[in-house]
Amino acid sequence: MRFVDEYRQPELVKGLVARINERMQQTTYTAGHPLQIMEVCGGHTHAIFKFGLDKLLPPSLEFIHGPGCPVCVLPAGRIDACVQIAMRPEVILCTFGDAMRVPGRNGSLLTARQQGADVRMVWSPLDALAIAKQHPDRLVVFFAIGFETTMPASAMTLQQARADGVSNFFLFCQHITLMPTLKSLLSQPDVRIEGFIAPGHVSMVIGQQPYAYISDVCHKPVVVTGFEPTDILQGLLMLCEQYVDGRCTVENQYRRVVPVEGNLLAQQAMDEVFITEGASEWRGLGVIDDSLVSLRPDWRSYDAELRFQPDPQPVADDPRARCGAVLTGRCKPADCPLFGGVCTPENAFGALMVSSEGACAAWYQYRRSEA
Amino acid sequence: MNKQITLAQGNGGGAMQTLIADVFINAFDNPLLATGEDQARLPLSELTAAGDRLAFTTDSYVVDPLFFPGGDIGKLAVCGTANDLAVSGATPRWLSCGFILEEGLPLETLKTVVRSMADTARNAGIQIITGDTKVVPRGAVDKLFINTAGLGVIPRGVEWGVKAIRPGDRILISGTLGDHGATILNLRENLGMEADLTSDCAVLAPLIAPLRAIPGIRTLRDATRGGVTAILHEFCRGSGCGMQVDEAALPLKNAVRGVCELLGLDALNFANEGKILLMVDPASEQAALQAMRQHPLGRDAATIGEVTGDGQVRLRGIYGVSRVLDLPHDEPLPRIC
Repeated sequence: MRFVDEYRQPELVKGLVARINERMQQTTYTAGHPLQIMEVCGGHTHAIFKFGLDKLLPPSLEFIHGPGCPVCVLPAGRIDACVQIAMRPEVILCTFGDAMRVPGRNGSLLTARQQGADVRMVWSPLDALAIAKQHPDRLVVFFAIGFETTMPASAMTLQQARADGVSNFFLFCQHITLMPTLKSLLSQPDVRIEGFIAPGHVSMVIGQQPYAYISDVCHKPVVVTGFEPTDILQGLLMLCEQYVDGRCTVENQYRRVVPVEGNLLAQQAMDEVFITEGASEWRGLGVIDDSLVSLRPDWRSYDAELRFQPDPQPVADDPRARCGAVLTGRCKPADCPLFGGVCTPENAFGALMVSSEGACAAWYQYRRSEA
Repeated sequence: MNKQITLAQGNGGGAMQTLIADVFINAFDNPLLATGEDQARLPLSELTAAGDRLAFTTDSYVVDPLFFPGGDIGKLAVCGTANDLAVSGATPRWLSCGFILEEGLPLETLKTVVRSMADTARNAGIQIITGDTKVVPRGAVDKLFINTAGLGVIPRGVEWGVKAIRPGDRILISGTLGDHGATILNLRENLGMEADLTSDCAVLAPLIAPLRAIPGIRTLRDATRGGVTAILHEFCRGSGCGMQVDEAALPLKNAVRGVCELLGLDALNFANEGKILLMVDPASEQAALQAMRQHPLGRDAATIGEVTGDGQVRLRGIYGVSRVLDLPHDEPLPRIC
């Protein structure tokens, strides 16, 4: 299959692994003191587990599975607010499939549906807008979730709603931006992460420039990387080469998709509709400054929270869950006392078990028998 | 007759009699049904001549949409139940059918579904010999649900079952994975992929019949809801053995693979409606493959793995790394059959 098989060729994979091995031997890292690389995105985590890439690599190299899965870091209180809106009889609440299963304090959107709420799964925010047009007598709320990957689509859907004069369509904004989180991670004490495999899809929108902070200020190399096995291994090799050569910079492995400057049209749409300011709560990570994304004043007539005024729902993470420690590389999923017992994909307790792309869910799915 | 189904057509009166005569009896037409009694009366002598055990099964069909490339709910209601019989080694003979219809269903829709059932059954040598119809108010069901139960005869000497599975046995599949699931997904979720997706919905009895003569067939099952993964887990639980499947050996249509790659789904978990998973003694592997490949339904038959002793279901990836093949907690796509 084109655009898939050529990036999975076993011979290429073998060659890349050999070269990574060679480079790692030129460093001082060992199995006891491995080089910690964070793959930021859940898509990478999933691919690493699915193809078993970590098992092909030398023990002197360790993946830390990052916070880059928007469902994983969705605070339970936000789900409760959504459920409250969804339970109103005049509302049709639409969202992506993954977000439907995330448990809040009073169940998930899926359980709200079982209790009579009109909750629908959509593949695109435009599908939600179409539902609003089909049901002019109902109020349609799109629960917008995701990093810069899905933000442009949300922004353009609102632009479309305004252009079409649709007045029964609203957006519950749970968009989040990547960089404040990475900065916050790196500012925590005893974090040993030495480099980043940056997410290809977010980068396709934001470009390479935002990562300069990590390389220039935090002195950690970054390689923007694609999602196929040879992409990930090549990204890793590029990082290894930076250590061996003593360089620290932002490089782009995923040039077939990611332009240096990103997607300017998408950035423009995001900038017109959304603003990032103020602190925001992240599940598993706590409150992070400058990470709150909301609608600009000019777009607030579409803001579901202003329209429906759900009660504020602060919910603290359970202190027993070690999500934060897993996210920062201080422990592995199976080291958490809740893993696989109290916390499973069917009954997710912690942030990283919630989405199939979360580090704990991936570990549970692919590695449970080794735990 | 009304162009739409009315409540009167399910309440036992004249309207129901007319519906049954015009739509069902007419289409299913066979001597056992034509007697007009409250029950079909089955000749035992015919059964005992064909084998020494009856196979009996039932299934309900709620697929949405009712019509899809490669089939419809009527065809599915015959194939699904016939296949549940056939995987025991039985020859499917007779089906019952119960319809639950939503008030307002276009009569033409019902007729099309019934015709499809009748054609599928006739082509497979199966008779639909008894049935029931209920009509419920608008909204109480979605359009049309069907239940079928089936009877078949298992020939003497055919003793397939999970308990016969041994470590070292080969795992075979009769063709490409996930065609039905991918077809329904594309249609239902309005994915709009203009891909060559067709359900594999088919009666598998003619593919299975020649396998009876091959010694060393341990057991087989049709890989419907939950896909091949679900069956592997059933075999694992039932036998206490482990199952190791080779990712590189899985037969997949390009269109199905495309759907999976795009949406991050796994064809091993997709429903099939025309595929069997077989556990076979290694000495009989080639004979079983050859027998299946001689039939159009088994053209892409392949060996996909091996039974192990470790009690786990595992998938060996394309780089040789083996991982747990987890059984998903819930059905990714409800109302698929």
